[in-house]
Amino acid sequence: MKKKLILILLLFVLGCISVSLGVKAFSWAGLLSGQPADRSVFWLSRLPRLISILITGAGLSISGLILQTITGNKFVSPAVAGTMDWCRLGILLAIILAGSQQTWLKLLLAFVVSLAGTLLFLTLLRQLSYQGTYMVPLIGLMLGLVVSSVTSLIAYRFDVAQNLQSWLQGSFSLIIEGRYELLYLGLPCLLLAYLYAARFTVAGMGEATAVNLGLNYKAATLAGLTLTALMTSAILVTVGSIAFVGLIIPNLVSIWHGDHIRHTMFETAALGSIFLLSCDLISRTLIYPHEIPISVTAGIIGAGVFLALILRRRRRVHGKRQTP
Amino acid sequence: MIQTKSLYKHYGQTAVVNDVSLQLPTGRLIAFIGSNGAGKSTLISLISRTLAKDEGQIMIDQQELEQWKSQKLATRLSILKQQNALSLRLTVRELTGFGRYPYSRGRLTPQDEVKIDQALAYLNLEALQDRYLDELSGGQRQMAYIAMLLAQDTDYVFLDEPLNNLDMKHSVQIMQVLRRMVSDLRKTVMVVIHDINFVSAYSDYMIALKDGQVVCQGETAEVITPRRLKAIFDLDIEVHEINGHPICVYYN
Repeated sequence: MKKKLILILLLFVLGCISVSLGVKAFSWAGLLSGQPADRSVFWLSRLPRLISILITGAGLSISGLILQTITGNKFVSPAVAGTMDWCRLGILLAIILAGSQQTWLKLLLAFVVSLAGTLLFLTLLRQLSYQGTYMVPLIGLMLGLVVSSVTSLIAYRFDVAQNLQSWLQGSFSLIIEGRYELLYLGLPCLLLAYLYAARFTVAGMGEATAVNLGLNYKAATLAGLTLTALMTSAILVTVGSIAFVGLIIPNLVSIWHGDHIRHTMFETAALGSIFLLSCDLISRTLIYPHEIPISVTAGIIGAGVFLALILRRRRRVHGKRQTP
Repeated sequence: MIQTKSLYKHYGQTAVVNDVSLQLPTGRLIAFIGSNGAGKSTLISLISRTLAKDEGQIMIDQQELEQWKSQKLATRLSILKQQNALSLRLTVRELTGFGRYPYSRGRLTPQDEVKIDQALAYLNLEALQDRYLDELSGGQRQMAYIAMLLAQDTDYVFLDEPLNNLDMKHSVQIMQVLRRMVSDLRKTVMVVIHDINFVSAYSDYMIALKDGQVVCQGETAEVITPRRLKAIFDLDIEVHEINGHPICVYYN
């Protein structure tokens, strides 16, 4: 309970800083006293940005958590499993079919294609007799690269490669009122993920144990993948792709709180938002008044944390071997 | 009561379970024995619906296996398979709590908490209950899995080689727990074991399989004779009585 309060407090403080920061003059006093300039900055730009960062951070880390639990592999995330690459293919198809303005169509196709793609990934894993720790993410990455190449090829063919570039690098700089509302889809998904959490954990204990406990294993897996694909699609269509959040945040929480994900979901979601919020603040202050795309800052910091996690894991394994 | 009628399971051309018709006595500790590949694990997987049968019938309490709702059946019958390392980091108490999943779908009630406490106490795991499974020894981990099975509180309990890779102390502890589950809690415990002397010391009833077929079944004392064991294992086994138990010697 105390830890939860600290996380909420941290979110609140970072959120306030995020709203205060920016090129346009803004003051809290002005907002509270009803100054039209401050109000419009707040409602049109600062608040939408804050909300989208919160939902994106939570959505990506919960997606990672679900995928890691279902596959039983700590190295899997929406980026590693190829879900994001499939999303991009879906978005490309939507652009070719109806132009780049059809947001809902983009979302729909991104969702359908990424769900099918992630299912294909899982099916491939099942066929595999050897499922080493590093094999699972490698298969995901390879599959993702193939899909990525196909996407590029089609994009060049139809002359929309430029258009697609904007989905390769995630950024919150273009988020204003009217351009982010799709992200609200993430909220019901997060709620459903919480309600299904126990099922995902049971599914993660392996098919035999899950069946023994009376769980409909296939339905639970499908529900997990559907939620993941939907959240990832909404984020990709609105913000673009951001790596490492879905990979490192669930791992960090797992070290402290274990993998009973009903007990760790709040922490995972909150920490994901805090991480992304911090990255965003760094992105906006380093070369102020310009900003670095968040995918770059999140990528660099995330990669650092990821390396630290791997080294810690290695130390632990070696430490165990030395004790008799 | 669990019954099978003309049960078959094939892997490719080989019938791993070949025309097995059984009636399992209730309220007893039943050991499934036989050589590797005799079909013991496959047979209990079929009965516990963790593997699909090819042909035949499985009846659980006069109702066909397919007619049971999986969730309902999970409150009547449970199985512990040989564990691959669990990839999830769970504490002993959390794992035990999942035994209550068929009853409360992950939302533990005060009644569930009582059952979890009882299961942990039964296996003397109270001191370890907040430790993570990956910090425990193999034997302690197996005890934790049995605590989960106990919390599931089913009349029929299957265990697939629960003594695999365990030291003698944990093996004895586990067999004692299984024994008490039968005598105190009136459960029917069915277990695949390779160590024939554990079978002799702890089981009531034996079912022997060979090449997918039941070759012999009966009270433990009746089955453990050199002649019958020769037929089951193709091995000359001497049987000596020590402390009232027939003990097999097969180290030539």
